[in-house]
Amino acid sequence: MHVEEKMTYETWPAAPEKSTLESKNKFLGFWLFLGGETVLFATLFATYLALKDKVPNTSQHLAKDLFELPLTFVATMLLLTSSLTSVYAMYHMKNFAFKKMMLWLGLTVLLGAAFLGLEVYEFNHYVHKFHHTFTSSAFGSAFYTLVGFHGAHVAFGLCWILTLMIRNSKRGLNLYNAPKFYVASLYWHFIDVVWVFIFTVVYLMGMVG
Amino acid sequence: MSTIAQKKGFGATLWDFLTTVDHKKIAILYLIAGGIFFLMGGLEAVFIRIQLAVPNNDFVSAGAFNEIITMHGTTMIFLAAMPLLFAFMNAVMPLQIGARDVAFPFLNSLGFWLFFFGGVFLNLSWFTGAPDAGWTSYASLSLHSKGHGIDFYVLGLQISGLGTLIGGINFLVTIINMRAPGMTYMRMPLFTWSTFVASAMILFAFPPLTVGLTLMMFDRLFGANFFDVTMGGNTVIWEHLFWIFGHPEVYILILPAFGIFSEIFSLFSRKRLFGYSSMVFATVLIGFLGFMVWAHHMFTTGLGPVANAIFAVATMAIGVPTGIKIFNWLFTMWGGSVKFTTPMYYAFGFIPSFVMGGVTGVMVATAAADYQYHDTYFVVAHFHYVIVGGVVLAILAATHLWWPKMFGTMLNETLGKITFWFFFIGFHLTFFIQHFLGLWGMPRRVFTFLPGQGFDAANMISSVGAAFMSIGVLVLLYNVIMTSVKNVKVGNDPWEDGRTLEWSIPSPPPFYNFKQLPLVRGLDAYWLEKMDGKKGMTPAEPLGDIHMPNSSFIPFMISLGLFIAAFGAMYHVDKVAWALPVMIFGLLVTFGSMFVRSVKDDHGFHIHKEELQEDKGAKA
Repeated sequence: MHVEEKMTYETWPAAPEKSTLESKNKFLGFWLFLGGETVLFATLFATYLALKDKVPNTSQHLAKDLFELPLTFVATMLLLTSSLTSVYAMYHMKNFAFKKMMLWLGLTVLLGAAFLGLEVYEFNHYVHKFHHTFTSSAFGSAFYTLVGFHGAHVAFGLCWILTLMIRNSKRGLNLYNAPKFYVASLYWHFIDVVWVFIFTVVYLMGMVG
Repeated sequence: MSTIAQKKGFGATLWDFLTTVDHKKIAILYLIAGGIFFLMGGLEAVFIRIQLAVPNNDFVSAGAFNEIITMHGTTMIFLAAMPLLFAFMNAVMPLQIGARDVAFPFLNSLGFWLFFFGGVFLNLSWFTGAPDAGWTSYASLSLHSKGHGIDFYVLGLQISGLGTLIGGINFLVTIINMRAPGMTYMRMPLFTWSTFVASAMILFAFPPLTVGLTLMMFDRLFGANFFDVTMGGNTVIWEHLFWIFGHPEVYILILPAFGIFSEIFSLFSRKRLFGYSSMVFATVLIGFLGFMVWAHHMFTTGLGPVANAIFAVATMAIGVPTGIKIFNWLFTMWGGSVKFTTPMYYAFGFIPSFVMGGVTGVMVATAAADYQYHDTYFVVAHFHYVIVGGVVLAILAATHLWWPKMFGTMLNETLGKITFWFFFIGFHLTFFIQHFLGLWGMPRRVFTFLPGQGFDAANMISSVGAAFMSIGVLVLLYNVIMTSVKNVKVGNDPWEDGRTLEWSIPSPPPFYNFKQLPLVRGLDAYWLEKMDGKKGMTPAEPLGDIHMPNSSFIPFMISLGLFIAAFGAMYHVDKVAWALPVMIFGLLVTFGSMFVRSVKDDHGFHIHKEELQEDKGAKA
């Protein structure tokens, strides 16, 4: 199979994301990259746990004063749903249904953007209502670094998927861009998985203990 | 695109190297850049030894001494040893598995340029004040370091670390996906195996360093409090993050060195490597255990007896697979018809040197005894015995071994042996006595010492050794220059006993490496064919079009952008007006280049069958 070939529904392979040597490499390389990213976030989680509620004086707020479950629950639902919509997008990609893929990717981007909006609101809320800032304590530094790193990943993922959508809007699917879409959706799932851990370790455990 | 080499002007050659994605040219870039950093790190070592040659010396000031030791360690580990090993991995590993290039040629180039700009950034610190908190840069020291030295360290290592991570992923995918037909995992040469394991270690060890450096950057430049105890922070977090990276790092360095020596022992004993499968097993096991021992650097931090005991036992366990390797090398030579070439000299010298480093390693791994050794010259002697006696000897051996494959001409053997003797004797002269200096009580990282403490003669001996090593390196440089000037061309298999695939193709190989992918029938694929009376490898495919990647200038631009942005980030704390715009501009260059790469299709090009047929007689 050739990268520049003009594809049709009939000639479209079952696994378009790894039908050439280049795309096989890309597929595997990206999985390995996600392995490295996992260690990166694991390190940030460990740092956060070590510095949780470590503040210089008693006037500062701790995790249990800050977090509100309704807000993070909505954010979690938004991001989990965006992961689902990206699954649908890849389902249509594998069926060579370009328009439907674009539609579901568009939905993914919207949900991701809404999540990011909530996060901006949340950070703003902490800073102004609780004076819980990046520089106010070790706890603040660790919190904003962990959650902010994730937020930066979301922002990057949004830009990435949007770039792919705009770049390929006119020319449809081929074996050159199919792995690109696939890898971007893998990245999006990864971001979602990290958030599940943030929701558990930072917010749920923060409310309880 | 013609495949026939033409004489090019300087500008064209320079542009070629700035944009190349060919693994063989990138290997040469790594070799040159790593070599220059090695010379700088060596010069710093000479300064250290001059300062310590006599008591109460004032050759350099105490502050400058701190900067010199910090830069010596950082340069040697990150900017010399790693890239020099990457040079040989790039040059040889794809050839050993019968591949036409690495999996991601573009990323290969990006990895190099990130390393290069990170290294240049770090070394520019000499103009305004270098980092001075030691190569480990413990937070309790580095947070209080004045000036921008530590910022240079943090940002420079961040940039070059990204390059290393990218290189690691690239090698992993190459080895998993691009082996020639018949090249199963258990037929891969040991150097390829060790590249594989070292790359996997890079993948999991570098992210903690990335995080550690980021936290340090946030603390120093953006007002965060990770390590500031008065704000609830904890300095021990840095120690953990640094060593969770730092200990795997020493195995990332030594495993490829083991791989190089395995190739040499087998090649020049003209015998199959003894215990091949146990060698593979030992390599993987060392890679695995390498992640379980980081806290043995922190025995005196106060983690408690349980943690110390666990990490002490885990550390000693690594002695087992390493012992397996030592015996396998000895048994490879046993009954072989050994040829004493320069690489074999280094391999011979390596075994006793490294075993000594290993024995002192078990000594310092004994947690209770380590309270005595910690932060003395005993530790300095120990890690120089493993790093110089292992890694540096391997790099020098590999330079002689693969020089003909990389450049098409042999380094002079006589000069090579002279280099070996100067370097080897100098090395033991410098570091052997340091064991005793440590046991007698001389602490490491002190800029001078008083007379009459019994340290005078030993330090002088050590400094004389450093001079010997310097002479050895100078002879090597002379050798390189003379060899390049004479430029006597050699054939495919200049050592005559080549066993692995890289010796089955011309020196240097054509840019597509293999006209037809070779069929691999067993371990030591090329040797097997020779023993069957054949001249070369049996092709595994008919002659056909070869797909090649396009050159690109984008990797250079991405790396340059980060280099510029790092200056902006660093001077941002001084509240200078240009800092923020420079940082934004640099990031725009980087992300803009990434954007261009993303939207511009790059399909590569094909060398057509007809061109390959014409190319029959041409050597590259």
